[in-house]
Amino acid sequence: MISGEFWAMGGYARYVWPCFVLAFVVLAWNLWSAHRYHAAARLRARRAVTVAVSEEL
Amino acid sequence: MWTWFYKLASPPHVYALAGTLAPWFLGLAALTIGYGVIDGLAFAPPDYQQGDAFRIIYVHAPAAWMSTFVYTIMAVAGAIALIWRIKMGHIVAAACAPIGTSFTVLALVTGSLWGKPMWGTYWAWDPRLTSELILLFLYFGTMSLRGGFEDAAQGDRAAALLAVVGVVNVPIIHYSVVWWNSLHQGATVAKLGKPAMDPSMLWPLLSNLLGFMLFFGAVLCIRLRGEILNRERQATWVRRVVSL
Amino acid sequence: MSVGAWEAFWLIVRRELRISFRRPAELLQPLMFFLIVTTLFPLGLNLQLALLRDMAPGVLWVAALLSSLLSLDALFKSDADDGTLEQLALCGQPLSVIVTAKTFAHWLVTGVALVLVAPLVAMALNIPGFAFATMMLSLGMGTLTLSWLGAIGAGLTVGLRRGNVLLSLIVLPLAIPLLIFGAAATDRAIAQIDATGALYFLAALCVLTCTLAPFAAGAALRITLE
Repeated sequence: MISGEFWAMGGYARYVWPCFVLAFVVLAWNLWSAHRYHAAARLRARRAVTVAVSEEL
Repeated sequence: MWTWFYKLASPPHVYALAGTLAPWFLGLAALTIGYGVIDGLAFAPPDYQQGDAFRIIYVHAPAAWMSTFVYTIMAVAGAIALIWRIKMGHIVAAACAPIGTSFTVLALVTGSLWGKPMWGTYWAWDPRLTSELILLFLYFGTMSLRGGFEDAAQGDRAAALLAVVGVVNVPIIHYSVVWWNSLHQGATVAKLGKPAMDPSMLWPLLSNLLGFMLFFGAVLCIRLRGEILNRERQATWVRRVVSL
Repeated sequence: MSVGAWEAFWLIVRRELRISFRRPAELLQPLMFFLIVTTLFPLGLNLQLALLRDMAPGVLWVAALLSSLLSLDALFKSDADDGTLEQLALCGQPLSVIVTAKTFAHWLVTGVALVLVAPLVAMALNIPGFAFATMMLSLGMGTLTLSWLGAIGAGLTVGLRRGNVLLSLIVLPLAIPLLIFGAAATDRAIAQIDATGALYFLAALCVLTCTLAPFAAGAALRITLE
């Protein structure tokens, strides 16, 4: 597939690959965390709206 | 003519706008970062001095740039909120903080991993590294301060003040390599004049820089929506949005 | 009777000094802390005198930083607790003047005291006598800057429960450049190299904070008092 030379990164593999993996992890965490934050907020808002609406009735 | 600008102060408007923009930002970010990473890892020629280790720049430089860029956005948003009492400013600042922190951590760790093969050490008390570390502390400080108050509005204002006071660190980070004999290399892409880098190495870098900015836009939009809902729970416009 | 800003400034400074000297034991606490911390390093590290001298500027400065932090918490606390702070805010004088007075008085009893005690500590750390002048000058400017950074932090955290921890979290990052240049100035003086560069930088930091911090600290108090 991709040659062993590519994975070896000229001998610097143990520095280069962790960097790219970490970058991917950080980007993924950002997306996941933001999505989770929004979902939790939506849930809390839905509950608050339900309470408010039932109080008005 | 400026109504589009004034509308940005309105939470319901921003909520809807962020919802529309986020997928576009994310899609474009995926394309630009995808190209940048693939080209940077596989096709850019190795550096004559640093060999393949220089490829770390394709994640380190965008992360470092974003760490200061997001802090500046946070400080400006906080200043707008403090001076003109526009609460959208606090909402933007609160949403920016965790994103900026993650970029700072990424910049510090990738920098450290790059420093080991290049300088022989994982860390040096050099002006740029030290001021970037201070940036991390400042991010934590603003988040702790915001959460430490019982009155959320007070917490917002206190965090905004700290962000503004700390923004003096951002030019220090950028100009530290100019003002001092730093271990860290100088600016690769200057605003005017030819950049010091070969185009085959430069394009993936620029693409990643743009990609990280677009990605930040996407994540900010999503966080903004969460932040707005948390703060505006009692408002009537939320009912329409949430019951869908 | 209306009081000019300058008179108000001195009134508040005198008040602060009078209150501070009412409890002399409290004044000595940060100094004692400073002395204890600086002796902990050589005891804990068990160094030869020459190595101690190399470490001395850093140790001195870290100890000065930490002992200043101890006393900064009290800058606004007692006044906030008994309502005096709100009275001061309402009295019609600009908040920046009030804050400058309090911070200046605070520096007089902590920073200046630290500078005067520093030669004692320096002798214990084996810093040579010819470096004393630079060391004291750098400490003088450094503690003043620190008092100001602390005023901003104290203004922001005075009402909080675990305010003193947050205060350190806010002040220490901002104080890092101070530490670097202060230690560098003393270091160069010991090595008998020209230290003016570092001293100028310290002076610049001092002037910057003295001019801008009153407004930031005043804004911080306004946020806390609302």
